[in-house]
Amino acid sequence: MMVKPLAAVFSMLLLFGAAKLPFEHRLEQEDRAAFFHGAKLSLGLRDQVGQLGFLAALSGFRSLVADFLWIEAHTAWEGTQWGRMALLFNNVTTLQPRVVMFWDMAAWHMAYNASVAAMQDPKQPRLALRLRAQREYFELGKDFLIRGIENNPDRYLLYERLGIVERDKFGDHCAASRRFGEAAAIRGAPTYEKRFMAYELSHCPGHEREAYERLLALYKTGRREWLPTLLERLEYLQKALNIPAAQRVNIPEKKL
Amino acid sequence: MDTPHKIFSPARLWAIASNTLLELVRLKVFYFLLLFALLIIGSSAFMLDFKFQEQFQVLKDMSLGSMSIFSWLLAVLATAMLLPKEIEDRTLYTILAKPVPRLEYILGKLLGILALLFVSILLMSVMFVIALYIKQQAVLTDAVRGLPPEQTADVIRGVKASAFTVSLIPCVAMIYIKSALLASFTLLASTFATSSIFTIIVSFVVYFIGHVQGIARESLLASPNASALSKVFLAFVSLLFPDLRLLNLTDDVVAGNAISSAIFLKTAGLGLSYFCVYTLAAYLIFAFKEL
Repeated sequence: MMVKPLAAVFSMLLLFGAAKLPFEHRLEQEDRAAFFHGAKLSLGLRDQVGQLGFLAALSGFRSLVADFLWIEAHTAWEGTQWGRMALLFNNVTTLQPRVVMFWDMAAWHMAYNASVAAMQDPKQPRLALRLRAQREYFELGKDFLIRGIENNPDRYLLYERLGIVERDKFGDHCAASRRFGEAAAIRGAPTYEKRFMAYELSHCPGHEREAYERLLALYKTGRREWLPTLLERLEYLQKALNIPAAQRVNIPEKKL
Repeated sequence: MDTPHKIFSPARLWAIASNTLLELVRLKVFYFLLLFALLIIGSSAFMLDFKFQEQFQVLKDMSLGSMSIFSWLLAVLATAMLLPKEIEDRTLYTILAKPVPRLEYILGKLLGILALLFVSILLMSVMFVIALYIKQQAVLTDAVRGLPPEQTADVIRGVKASAFTVSLIPCVAMIYIKSALLASFTLLASTFATSSIFTIIVSFVVYFIGHVQGIARESLLASPNASALSKVFLAFVSLLFPDLRLLNLTDDVVAGNAISSAIFLKTAGLGLSYFCVYTLAAYLIFAFKEL
């Protein structure tokens, strides 16, 4: 007569299920607020990582799948297969969106390595097309960083890397300054982010006064901040803004 | 003068648990540790071209992932064999013919499995920490070579921060709790199953459902075309099966997420409450089982 105990157990499991659901719901919300379980596994991923990889990722082994794909991307790099790398990086970052290093490296490969390779492509004689391909890889690198920031808004590194890409690859100092500023605002960010923000602001047309005030504030914090670039930008702005001689900071020659 | 028979005796419980552990050890289940060692040594060896952050990331993922896989397989396979094997060998009848309550028997068996899982995870953790330490030393030797002394401290700090962190301890604890939960569910399935194969298949399916139900729920709730029937079905699944994704914090902790004690305690509490409910359910079915 196993029917009665089975029915009792079934009812008990249902009752426990009803009791635990609100707790699980709250816990899930807390987890999400602490950036847990952020990976969004869609059916599109299944086509790219294969049925087995997708099954493994769904079964709680997404970090392992991501690592295998990362190693595959490394092999693709050795073979300079840039398109394949971009695809693999997309999958890796989808599976492990909280690993900042994956976003950072993916962006670096695209914006720095792939873009240079595109520019030096011996199979493409037309400069215009090579330039366009290079620009596309810059954009791809930037896109990785932007998506990385969306998934890791609490970490400074990707804001900093985006600032560097804006500065070095797009020549957009205003955007770079904003990104360094965002990095500086994050807890635990290195102190140089504020300096980088002010440097870039000094190159941003129309923001010279603000840049001057920021650099001056840094200068006044003490000798530790009297770095060659800071002194050089400060001197440049003093001249550009026609700061009265009495208010100017005396820049030591040897520091320049 | 005979001592009166106790309704519940920790000594009897211990005897059953230690015998279960001994039986499992004799089945040479620890061979998988060799495989685990090969995996982490292998994953360390073929990553030499990587940056040290990548090396540590892959090593941690591989080690904790393998730990998770092996403890899951061990929990399911060892538990699934227990009752059918005891019935087949007729050992179960010999034990239950004596004044051993069924509660003690089932708890003893489960404790034996828990001890096995504990020893296995402990050994794997020790191997993991040793591998991590060896890798850290190798990376440090390489990283500080030729560096000016003023930069050495920063580099050492950077390498150490990427290697062993205290947050890995709750990860290992969660792997243990999850495997204990799966063992208790497998025990529940084995109390009404007719064969080990059936128990193993049911446990694997529940493991998969446990991980997928959260994703299915999210996608179904986001879909405007979801039928009422599918919503009812999903609600039923959510009531009956554990949401194992919630117990999986390892991936994000290795990625650098800080795990608060509140989240850890709540998650561990959820896992333990599942464990208790499944154990109680297993006992209820076993208590009324005609043997």
